Amino acid sequence: MASALSTEREALKATGGVMDGAIATNVKPSTPRSPADVRPERIRSADPDVFGVPTGREEEWRFTPLARLRPLLDGAVSDARLEVTSTLPDGVELVGVPTAEVDVPLPVDRLAALALQRCGSSLVLRVPKGLELDEPVVVRLAGTGPGHVVWGHVVVELAEQSRATVVLEHVGSASYAAVVSVLVGDGAALQLVQVQNWADDTLHAAHVASRLGRDATLRSTQVTLGGSLVRVTETVDFTAPGGDVELRGVSFADDGQHLEHRLLVDHSVPHCRSRVTYKSALQGEQAHTVWIGDVLIRAAAEGTDTYELNRNLLLTPEARADSVPNLEIETGEIAGAGHASATGRFDDEQLFYLMARGIPADAARRMVVRGFFAEVVESIGVPDLEERLMATIETELERAFT
Amino acid sequence: MTSTLEIRDLHVTVESDGADKEILTGVTLTIRAGETHAVMGPNGSGKSTLAYAIAGHPKYTVTSGAITLDGEDVLAMSVDERARAGVFLAMQYPVEVPGVSVSNFLRSSATAVRGEAPKLRLWVKEQKEAMARLEMDPAFSERSVNEGFSGGEKKRHEILQLELLRPRFAVLDETDSGLDVDALRVVSEGINRVRESGETGVLLITHYTRILNYIKPDFVHVFVRGKIAESGTADLADELEANGYAKYGVEALAPAGGRSLPTGPVLPGVVSPA
Ligand SMILES: Nc1ncnc2c1ncn2[C@@H]1O[C@H](COP(=O)(O)OP(=O)(O)O)[C@@H](O)[C@H]1O
Ligand SMILES: [Mg+2]
Repeated sequence: MASALSTEREALKATGGVMDGAIATNVKPSTPRSPADVRPERIRSADPDVFGVPTGREEEWRFTPLARLRPLLDGAVSDARLEVTSTLPDGVELVGVPTAEVDVPLPVDRLAALALQRCGSSLVLRVPKGLELDEPVVVRLAGTGPGHVVWGHVVVELAEQSRATVVLEHVGSASYAAVVSVLVGDGAALQLVQVQNWADDTLHAAHVASRLGRDATLRSTQVTLGGSLVRVTETVDFTAPGGDVELRGVSFADDGQHLEHRLLVDHSVPHCRSRVTYKSALQGEQAHTVWIGDVLIRAAAEGTDTYELNRNLLLTPEARADSVPNLEIETGEIAGAGHASATGRFDDEQLFYLMARGIPADAARRMVVRGFFAEVVESIGVPDLEERLMATIETELERAFT
Repeated sequence: MTSTLEIRDLHVTVESDGADKEILTGVTLTIRAGETHAVMGPNGSGKSTLAYAIAGHPKYTVTSGAITLDGEDVLAMSVDERARAGVFLAMQYPVEVPGVSVSNFLRSSATAVRGEAPKLRLWVKEQKEAMARLEMDPAFSERSVNEGFSGGEKKRHEILQLELLRPRFAVLDETDSGLDVDALRVVSEGINRVRESGETGVLLITHYTRILNYIKPDFVHVFVRGKIAESGTADLADELEANGYAKYGVEALAPAGGRSLPTGPVLPGVVSPA
């Protein structure tokens, strides 16, 4: 069948989807999108060489400061590791398994392929069939120094009908490229939170590759605060109807930080739902965030319901937020599809207003950013977890605004 | 000892199209706690500029003159220091702050101004009661500051802050404009509650005499071309009501009282309708 890939606007009109593309004036021009820009095919492969070495001209690398990523792109063999500590409720297993023995979604780019090829063994977290956990599973990965390149593979596997909350925390200093394979079995429900709370010198490139079974539910939250360069690509593959994902993220980019989140939700089967909500706040020279929201609704994916939202808050004028929502729709038979993206400024008038009520400038900025993020964090729906995350965010903001 | 806010020969410029334009041309005014001074003047005469200069808005530069609060140099203080010293500005156009809830904002302000966090339980009660007096829906406390508020709601919210923060000096910039009769009454009653304490000096900036039916000023000052042209008692307001600003050499667009002109934020490059 010939794929009738229409332009986004036409498709939306045809399907009655919502469009709210309010991209604010101070978004640096992310090259205008035209149908020609839409990538015809997305390569997925375990072979790094299939992807070639990025030059910066490729669509998926054009925002990333490649020079800074050099230590990882060079692909040196390394058996350095992150230190793993964990809190495991009864019944949950955390084991090392030879990477060749696990069946996971294919890598999306060269670094992800290198990570799988070079890591040797995979850290596999298993929640067995039918087990429903109330306590969160916490796995903390700590870098011990930026000097060594670390290749990693983490697998979070929920067997059918199980339910769990998993927190994957990244701290310390590292040059870390990894794949996180997220396998949510039929009828299983995973609340996954990943925290990037790295030291300032860290490089982190990750492919979070989710695969959902029939009626599986995934809630995935990325909290990206620390690190020199963090680039997370999150892909979602649905394998059967009834899949339901919500992808959320908050990032705070300070002076010199590059925080990039790329999402690819691939609706290839009917009757799945996806929601994407990402917010970033930025301050300082060379603070840069990138958000790419690719949602693909294939011809077979009738009854798809999707919406994505990206909001960015510039606290200082030199910071830069790139935001590229991208919806490709190959069928008219969908329940809904839309996106919104906007970048706003915390302006002097807001600052004046808060200060005129006695609130010092730093506290005023902190309040605004905290409120901005709280809306996302509070949608997780697990109060304990929300509190912990807000406390982590608060600590970061206190550091940034004093 | 009663507090005193003293403004002496204040000159203020604002940068406009790259050039400094003098807006305030020598304002002298002394307000004591417990007094209410009405400042009346035509649009564009510099009333808001005076309000912003007192609060310390960075766009307004004081080129000469002084503002002191009980002898302390207000001009040397940052905006937040002025607020903590007891200066309050109810803005003509309150600013929207998305993502910050009213309750968080109010509690943070009260904490800053009082120097310590109010006890949570007492605070909740205090805020609730103050909102009830201003006939505000309790649901407001969970909304973002001023976001999507109607003109009247914004003004109630300003007066709510006035009541909770109990400043030594309150500058109320056209708090009355854009209010219907009910809202004007509610807001005026709020201002009067604060005045009755006798501990707050009020600078009531207004374009119309309407609000003076609710709030009786001790003094009335006519503000023209960046300075006070005449001062008097409440009778002066009646005279303005009858004759407008014509005697001050100002082409009256409308009598000071009576008919309301549409008011809205003056945006750069946008000429307000004459
Ligand atoms: N931020 C500003 N930038 C440029 N011009 C301003 C600014 N604020 C006030 N002005 C000018 O100063 C004059 C007085 O304005 P304002 O103080 O708002 O008067 P009022 O409050 O009495 O109507 C007007 O000519 C106005 O255009
Ligand atoms: Mg004004």
